[in-house]
Amino acid sequence: MTSNDSTEMAIRLDGVSKSFGKPGLAGAYLAVDNLDLQVAQGQMLALLGKTGCGKSTIFNMIAGLTEPTEGRVTVDGRNPFRDFDAFRGRMAIVFQNDRLLPWRTAIQNVELGLEILEKTSEERRAIAQRWLETLGLRGHENDYPHALSGGMRQRVSIARAFATNANILLCDEPFSALDEMTGRRLRTEFVKLVKENGKTAVFITHSINEALEIGDRIVVLKRPANIAIDIPLTPAASQESKEAIRSQIQHVLAA
Amino acid sequence: MTAAQYQLSDATRFSVSALRRVGTYVLPFVAVAAVWQFASLFFPPFLFPSLVDVFWRFIGIVTDWAQFSDVIATVLRILAGLAGAFVIGALLAVVMAQSRAAHDFLSPVLTLFQGIPALSWVVFAIIWFHGIEPRIFFIMVMTTLPAFSFQILGALQAMSRDLVEMVMSFRPSRIKLFRSMIIPAVLPDILTAWKVNLGNASRVVVVAELVGATGGVGYELLQQQQVFDMAGALAWTLQLVFFVLIVQAILTLIERIAFRYRAVSERSL
Repeated sequence: MTSNDSTEMAIRLDGVSKSFGKPGLAGAYLAVDNLDLQVAQGQMLALLGKTGCGKSTIFNMIAGLTEPTEGRVTVDGRNPFRDFDAFRGRMAIVFQNDRLLPWRTAIQNVELGLEILEKTSEERRAIAQRWLETLGLRGHENDYPHALSGGMRQRVSIARAFATNANILLCDEPFSALDEMTGRRLRTEFVKLVKENGKTAVFITHSINEALEIGDRIVVLKRPANIAIDIPLTPAASQESKEAIRSQIQHVLAA
Repeated sequence: MTAAQYQLSDATRFSVSALRRVGTYVLPFVAVAAVWQFASLFFPPFLFPSLVDVFWRFIGIVTDWAQFSDVIATVLRILAGLAGAFVIGALLAVVMAQSRAAHDFLSPVLTLFQGIPALSWVVFAIIWFHGIEPRIFFIMVMTTLPAFSFQILGALQAMSRDLVEMVMSFRPSRIKLFRSMIIPAVLPDILTAWKVNLGNASRVVVVAELVGATGGVGYELLQQQQVFDMAGALAWTLQLVFFVLIVQAILTLIERIAFRYRAVSERSL
């Protein structure tokens, strides 16, 4: 891929490495090793790997929460760590746990990002209300997080991420703490919302099934994080081809 | 049982429960008052005056502006001292939370201040300052500052990293980060700090006024001591006690409103 492609790519990681601790000292380790990865506009990338393979480190570098030791990370052509404030309203994150502010009601939690974007209170309320309704939470607007079930709380956190209308969504195993049925239902709703709203999404998971259900493309990581295999998926992929991909991924993960 | 009977029994249960709560709250005060009144029957008034005398002296202070202005002066000194200590303490706590070097420098200094007795601060203030009000303000700030700083620092350090990271992911400005995350997260500890320091401040202000003032509850207590007027001493003390109780009740009310989001377990600790 040439550098001219950077205009089409929402996210680029070029020769990115990340190490923790001082080299040679006890506890030092390499989390990401010379990784090249590009995510196109509107693409939904499932990043799959075993626990501790550096998925969250990649996630934090794309989110601008940490800086690579070597190489370059760009999102929409800018450095998300150094130009941190430039991504206000352009990037939203759905975390593994809901991370709702306990002192805010469901609707106030959804309004958080909109407050930071300095929307008027009427606008905030209308947008938050619409997203809560979209995610089936009508009637729970004024409930505090402790009064909501795990699935409802995670839906509020998804509404909070979508409410800012950011064009890039980063999701760190957002459904892993939910039961199978709730997780599947929310996953389906999530994919529909991402597609309908034309978002670019990076979805971290350790579940092969989840990656197959969600991604336009699956990248399987080895340890330290680098691409083991990169598999594009088409919506029309047959059950047989998905089974072949599943066994291919299983083979890589077992290696 | 009919619905009306159920409603009646609910109302009775609520009344009994409310009475029990009030009774539990009032009982210790009634017990202390009864013991005092009992003692007043056997001891001379300059040791244990009748509570009736104390009550009328108390009313006399409240209804006489010349005397009540002394109570107001003490109350304002407490509030000004606490406010000053809170603002400086909060700033120091934020600086210590942000910078390791500042923490390593300021923490031992505040610990040193904490070890200096209130009476020593009174002596220092009398030597260093001329006016009464600057002296008392200095004493109040120096005696309550370390507690405010350490309590707010503890609250800042105990903030959930997950929640801070979540709010940061929206890229808030510094003011918005404070408004949406930091202040609500540390508010419970701030209110606790105020409650604790209010008691300390009401004790310290009396010592400060006793030695270095020409007005206020502490000064009036000194006058009562010089004429061996126990009823007067108790009446002046009660003025301060009532002030502390009123402010504590206001803080508790603020807590109830501000922390209504907290889940309440049916099983108590």
